[in-house]
Amino acid sequence: MVTLFRILKYGWQSFLRNGWLSVSTIGIMILALLVFEGLILFNVMSKGATQAIQEKVDISVYFKSNVSEDTILNLKKSLEGLDEVKYVEYVSKDQALADFKARHADENTITQTLEELDANPLLASLNVKAKDLHRYDSIASYLEKPDFSDSIEKITYAQNQVVIDRLTALIDNFQRGGFVLTIFLAFLAVMVTFNTIRLAIFSNREQIGVMRLVGASNNFIRGPYVIEGILYGAIAAIVAFLIFIPLIGFISPHVANFIPEVDLGGYFNAHFVSLLLYQILFGIVLGIVSSVVATRHYLNA
Amino acid sequence: MIIFQNVSKNYNHNSVALDKVSFKIQPNEFVTLVGRSGAGKSTVVKLLIGEERPSKGQIFFGSYEVNKLKPSELPEFRRHIGVIFQDFRLLTKKTAFENVAFALEVEGRLQKEINELVPPVLDMVGLKDKAFNFPAELSGGEKQRVAIARAMINQPDVLIADEPTGNLDPFNTWEVIKLLKKINELGSTVILATHDKEIVNTLGERVITLEDGKVIKDEAHGRFLID
Repeated sequence: MVTLFRILKYGWQSFLRNGWLSVSTIGIMILALLVFEGLILFNVMSKGATQAIQEKVDISVYFKSNVSEDTILNLKKSLEGLDEVKYVEYVSKDQALADFKARHADENTITQTLEELDANPLLASLNVKAKDLHRYDSIASYLEKPDFSDSIEKITYAQNQVVIDRLTALIDNFQRGGFVLTIFLAFLAVMVTFNTIRLAIFSNREQIGVMRLVGASNNFIRGPYVIEGILYGAIAAIVAFLIFIPLIGFISPHVANFIPEVDLGGYFNAHFVSLLLYQILFGIVLGIVSSVVATRHYLNA
Repeated sequence: MIIFQNVSKNYNHNSVALDKVSFKIQPNEFVTLVGRSGAGKSTVVKLLIGEERPSKGQIFFGSYEVNKLKPSELPEFRRHIGVIFQDFRLLTKKTAFENVAFALEVEGRLQKEINELVPPVLDMVGLKDKAFNFPAELSGGEKQRVAIARAMINQPDVLIADEPTGNLDPFNTWEVIKLLKKINELGSTVILATHDKEIVNTLGERVITLEDGKVIKDEAHGRFLID
């Protein structure tokens, strides 16, 4: 008990008495943690962006004008039975016309032309949304079966296939790249912090030697350094977080301009506590591990 | 009792620091270890406190066989020995009081005991007024007196001083030597490694003379006999 209390006391004391060293170590850790935090938000953003793009892709099946609604609804049902399909939306001829009119309400020539026509020139259609981008191929081949060829006028997939394929490849690469970047930057942040703490302890190696000479046990020597590491980590985490709050406020509207589906500020507010805790946990673990590894070298010598 | 039995220490294949050194030191003796720089004095000290291991031979310290101690046993062992060095080796971020107290804290002594034990010892080495100064604020002589206070605070069986006066002026040198004599009178064995002829001759205690890693003379009331 006495020893534990002393370790805590000395950790705190040494943190204060090594003022500048503490400040610069914390400074470096703040940078590392900002990278860490930035990575979390980058992943939120890239996930949001890819999702937004995926949402925009679908296949539309247009039916010949003589096909009955029942046939279409039957096909809808069988499509909904497919594993790959997320949902199917039926747009009737009337609905299509209404949508078209609404879209072109301001354009007089178009409305007038439509009124002059006797029949509705638009086709009924099914909009098919797949669970993910890779599934459109098999949905398209399902629709191309000869059973349906009589009733189907056209399938947009064939027209959009190149774009969809490119998009799929792009998103895959983006996600893979983001993962690699995350690993790399996290590694960088860990190494920088680790080495900073190591240097701080390196400058104390003679002191460690003196403590050993006086008969201090390894834990009694290491303890205060670990406490210091915890303090570095916790303080750096909190400061980094405080820096992030206004930064998010500044960036969030710009990101929303670019990708409307991504609400960084909203995400940040919703996950405020867990983000802060993650950050503190990350900082503290980094501080402890660095201190233990760095002192071990001088304790075994 | 300290026994060195045929102790040799080689640092490389051809550099011999100690060559079959044997001697015994009885409890409460005052022994000076003399010799030129490089004669092996510091090696004897390092082997005795377990900082290094002998290449050959055995070293006994009371019930401990020092050459066989595991790293995990060293901290407890070292609490029986007080050590003083030429370069003081104080904890620079701790005050004089805290430096002395540290030797008690490593034993897990209570704060109450520490507060009772440290002031008289600081008083004895004449640093009552500097208790809350950091080493950087103390003179060389004062630093060495802090080191002595730290070395003697837990009443060690043996106090080892490796060139303790090497960085001090004549006045402080004699202050340190007087303190060592006093500690010896209080019941600790004192081993003083030095190359200061005047100190050795004035003390008139047992002198073990080392040359090229060998004991060339061991006299009960020796004199410094190296040119």
